[in-house]
Amino acid sequence: MKFSENWLRTWVNPALSSEVLAHALTMAGLEVEALEAVAPAFDNVVVAEVLEVVKHPNADRLNLCQVNVGEAQPLTIVCGAANVTVGAKVPCARIGAVLPGDFAIKQAKVRNVESFGMLCSEKELGLAEESQGLWLLPADTPVGKTLREYLELDDKLFTLKLTPNRSDCSGMVGVAREVAALTGSLLKPLEIQIQPVTLTEQLPVHVADAQACPLYCGRLVRGVNAAAPTPTWMLRRLERSGLRGISAVVDITNYVMLEMGQPLHAFDAAQLSGGITVRRARNSESLTLLNEQAVVLDEEVLVIADDARVLALAGIMGGQGSGVETATRDVFLESAFFNPDAIAGKARRFGLATDSSFRFERGVDFAATRQALERATQLLLEICGGSAGAITEVRGELPQRAAITLRRSRVARVLGITLDNIQIATLLKRLQLDFTVNSPLPNPPPMPSPQSSDGTTSHSANPSKNDGQAAGYPASGRGGEREKQSSIPAGEGAIAASARPLLDDDFSVMPPSFRFDLSIEADLIEELARLYGYDNIPAQAPQAALNMLPYSESQRPLARIQQTLVARDYQEIVSYAFVEEQVERELCGNDKAVALQNPIASNLSVMRSSLIGGLVGALRFNLNRKQVRVRLFEAGACFAKVNGEYVQSQQLSGLAYGATLPEQWGAAAKSVDFYDVKADVEALFAPQLVRFVAATHPALHPGRSAQIYCGAQAVGWIGELHPRWQQQYDMAQPAVWFEVELGTLTRAAVPHMSEIAKSLPVRRDLAVVVDEAVAAQTLLDAMQQAAAPCVSEVALFDVYRGKGVEQGKKSLAFRVLLQDTQKTLTDSEIETSIALLVDMLQRQGAQLRV
Amino acid sequence: MQELQQILDQALQQFAAISDEAELEQVKAKYLGKEGSLTVLLKGLGKLSAEERPAAGARINQVKQGIESALQQRRDALQQNKLEQKLAAEALDVTLPGRGLGTGGLHPVTRTLERIEQLFHSLGFATASGPEIERDFYNFTALNIPENHPARAMHDTFYIDPQHVLRTHTSPVQVRYMETHQPPLKIIAPGRVYRCDSDVTHSPMFHQVEGLWIAEEVSFAMLKGVLADFMQQFFEREDLAVRFRPSFFPFTEPSAEMDIACVMCNGAGCRVCSHTGWLEVLGSGMVHPNVLKHVNIDSEKYLGFAFGLGVERLAMLRYGVNDLRLFYESDLRFLKQFN
Repeated sequence: MKFSENWLRTWVNPALSSEVLAHALTMAGLEVEALEAVAPAFDNVVVAEVLEVVKHPNADRLNLCQVNVGEAQPLTIVCGAANVTVGAKVPCARIGAVLPGDFAIKQAKVRNVESFGMLCSEKELGLAEESQGLWLLPADTPVGKTLREYLELDDKLFTLKLTPNRSDCSGMVGVAREVAALTGSLLKPLEIQIQPVTLTEQLPVHVADAQACPLYCGRLVRGVNAAAPTPTWMLRRLERSGLRGISAVVDITNYVMLEMGQPLHAFDAAQLSGGITVRRARNSESLTLLNEQAVVLDEEVLVIADDARVLALAGIMGGQGSGVETATRDVFLESAFFNPDAIAGKARRFGLATDSSFRFERGVDFAATRQALERATQLLLEICGGSAGAITEVRGELPQRAAITLRRSRVARVLGITLDNIQIATLLKRLQLDFTVNSPLPNPPPMPSPQSSDGTTSHSANPSKNDGQAAGYPASGRGGEREKQSSIPAGEGAIAASARPLLDDDFSVMPPSFRFDLSIEADLIEELARLYGYDNIPAQAPQAALNMLPYSESQRPLARIQQTLVARDYQEIVSYAFVEEQVERELCGNDKAVALQNPIASNLSVMRSSLIGGLVGALRFNLNRKQVRVRLFEAGACFAKVNGEYVQSQQLSGLAYGATLPEQWGAAAKSVDFYDVKADVEALFAPQLVRFVAATHPALHPGRSAQIYCGAQAVGWIGELHPRWQQQYDMAQPAVWFEVELGTLTRAAVPHMSEIAKSLPVRRDLAVVVDEAVAAQTLLDAMQQAAAPCVSEVALFDVYRGKGVEQGKKSLAFRVLLQDTQKTLTDSEIETSIALLVDMLQRQGAQLRV
Repeated sequence: MQELQQILDQALQQFAAISDEAELEQVKAKYLGKEGSLTVLLKGLGKLSAEERPAAGARINQVKQGIESALQQRRDALQQNKLEQKLAAEALDVTLPGRGLGTGGLHPVTRTLERIEQLFHSLGFATASGPEIERDFYNFTALNIPENHPARAMHDTFYIDPQHVLRTHTSPVQVRYMETHQPPLKIIAPGRVYRCDSDVTHSPMFHQVEGLWIAEEVSFAMLKGVLADFMQQFFEREDLAVRFRPSFFPFTEPSAEMDIACVMCNGAGCRVCSHTGWLEVLGSGMVHPNVLKHVNIDSEKYLGFAFGLGVERLAMLRYGVNDLRLFYESDLRFLKQFN
């Protein structure tokens, strides 16, 4: 909501500067997003009329002008603008004027001729980025008048960032009401002059869906001059609210919308066939909107139709062919209340967001629907003439506003501060909320209000229009008592002054029709807090029972796992969880990736099933920036759809590229390989032991990849990127990647001490020759199965190929440690165990090397 | 006896001139060896009379001890010399760089998350988590955002299918946690969230930390206390000014937006705070009774407050990061600055 401060101040004029007022609104939840001056600072600029233009004697492109600035003597001014003509009304900066950019106007000789001021363009006055020549003002602009005054340039523009609950402030009446509540200033009501009905005609209106449209008001106005110019004051207010002037009739409907928050629509009555029907669209019915967009409708959409066709999307936008044109003579004005549920989401469905749908989706004051039509009629007759018919009003079930109970004790519990009944009552009144309270309120404020027999005191915040605390416009159809109220002291001072303890009693508060957002007690508590000032509620240190957080030792925190990789020279990255579909297909062999219905870009269209895409992308990004050694990791969720359910697993993945070590003097350069990264993976799992089983993966070199097992559970992958992808992604060297399920890494056992052996271990080395194809793990497993007594460790420590070992074979050397916790082993015990191991090795086709 | 003195003087002179251990031992033989001059003199004692013998023997032994002592001193000196030469030869250039791996580092967002978590853990908030592909129900409906509510449009939601979205905030974790835990409860829920929006100040994926405290004694005044304390601790500024403004979130009532005095200009006004002196840092409020109703918590007995803060926003302010997109480009030149 954007509006002119001057306009606001015609409603309510607190003695506050623009900045202080803006701050008050912001701190009350109506955030002032922007507060800007209409025009930059300048002075001494008046409206001048050009009387005479002659060529400058010494310069071809300059003219000597005589201009009338409303004084007896015209001024001589040298002017270089091409569009200066006799009779033109232009801004004239007089001597002593200071224009934007600290440009001071002095008496000066221009090519030997004295010039007494400067005729200005819009750009020179800081009112436009660019302009062509002088600013030609309308012919009726009064000569000699100060430009700032005449064009109301000392105005400021407020832009409010309205939260969805405060649609009541999408009209000036609501903003003014709020400012009055916040500042305690008098709110001037809008005077609506009900126009006499001079036309007997009425269009029949049929509301087929009274649920969606509980109130429809319409009237015919015949004989209007739609070509009449929109008055300057109206156009100025519209423009300062960010609306373009279109034509008088449309401008009037827009103006009333800005003024009262009620969207209106004007039809060209000559284009209508028969009466007006508010109904759901029929399937496949179509409509071309005012913005030339063609839409196909269905039963979800509420429309305004005549007997022949659909005329408008109700509450959203009118259609072509029924709108008001300059030639229009007869107008049908519509002011309706559409249920937010009937409008919500519909505009978005057609890609629209209109001023009208914005308001209806959030809720419009149905008590003002008819008033808005009267107001529009008043302006229409004033500006365009014509005679108005009677209002056709179709009224269904309007939203029921139930009274809300507000408990003082609850206010205290929720806010953590104690407000007494008078404070609460004062705040409610400032908000124009009607309420009753079970106990009488003592003075102040003095209220000669009638008390009912049950002791209930009523307070209406909806007094008559002569009462200072007016509701904004005379309400119709709102009966009940209209007792006079003396003015209520406002502001924080008033609240503080009324510190008289009262019984804790319930208030029964009637939410007004203009506050759609008030329906439960919490809503009212927020209103109280808002007006009381959030800043006036003291911050309180928490008080509660103290309990320690559980801290399981069977779970390793993610931070410690991340630290393991950091210590091993990996840099953490965070990449998008959505990737290119091709990446999922190629690197993960996944052609059933979970896809987004509305991706932000085609290369971010599916959810990742693995972190590899992000890592490879990050590697390429850095290689393109001349990095030669890149080691990255990421922890994050991966996604799949399994049996109709979305499965989200937390994964940890790393990628190493380039040299094993950073380039240095003391170690030979060596490219990172499978075994380097395997050690990183083993370190991540330690002390858990993991096994690596050769397996193929779409992203990986088939001979250099393995699946990682934790017990019988496959928990991840490791391997060298397939040469195909290495080439495709322009990588000079292979990259080694791993990915494991984070859950298996965070598992940890609480350690339990076992006894330290008293004797020293005995070491025996076993070297065997096997076929190349035999995996080391096979031999280790075989020795494990031997269950040889007292063997405490078997580990591979050497692999040899070459001289002394047959082609196609390899020599593997194992270190065997033997130990008994209680005694020293005898030679025969040792030899028995070793023999068992050797036997198992030989069964795997291994030959003992001697 | 002059002979003895000559022998001693000669030996001392000779020892001092020798710089080789082997040579020293050879020269030693000249005096103390089988044929050595002192040995010969000792052997000659037999020829002397019994009266002369003790005095002569004592004098010879005195000289012998003198020679032996000089010999040992020379041996020690030569060894010390040799050790010093060896040590000098072994000296390293200690200024050469150390050998081995470098160290990596954590992402600034992770670093910030850890900091936020630790501060809240110190107040007894436990960490909870929830899915990133979230049911529409948890992301919206259970949070009092019915279908077609204007707040949904503000969320720029990524849809997977009509019932599933990428969660637009971490707030659904509140609901999931309350479904399975009884109050009082006190949690934070850090995690990734998604919005269909991308420019200098918006990323389609970012991180939030949700907070929730449900208890009998919770109040809006306490919400202010906890969050002000957090911001002051996070930025390590005890005097950091904060303010709370009314706002709107469908799942809290009253709702509040929290601002802190701009940490870049200390409230004077700069580009970062759009010259307002204030920075909007989080949304918060008292949990809406409808949200509690959804999870069968008695809103008469229990009150709660909730908040949601943007992690990247805090990281940017804390570390002076001027472009949100840097967090997701994985540029090592950026990331290494946080190690």
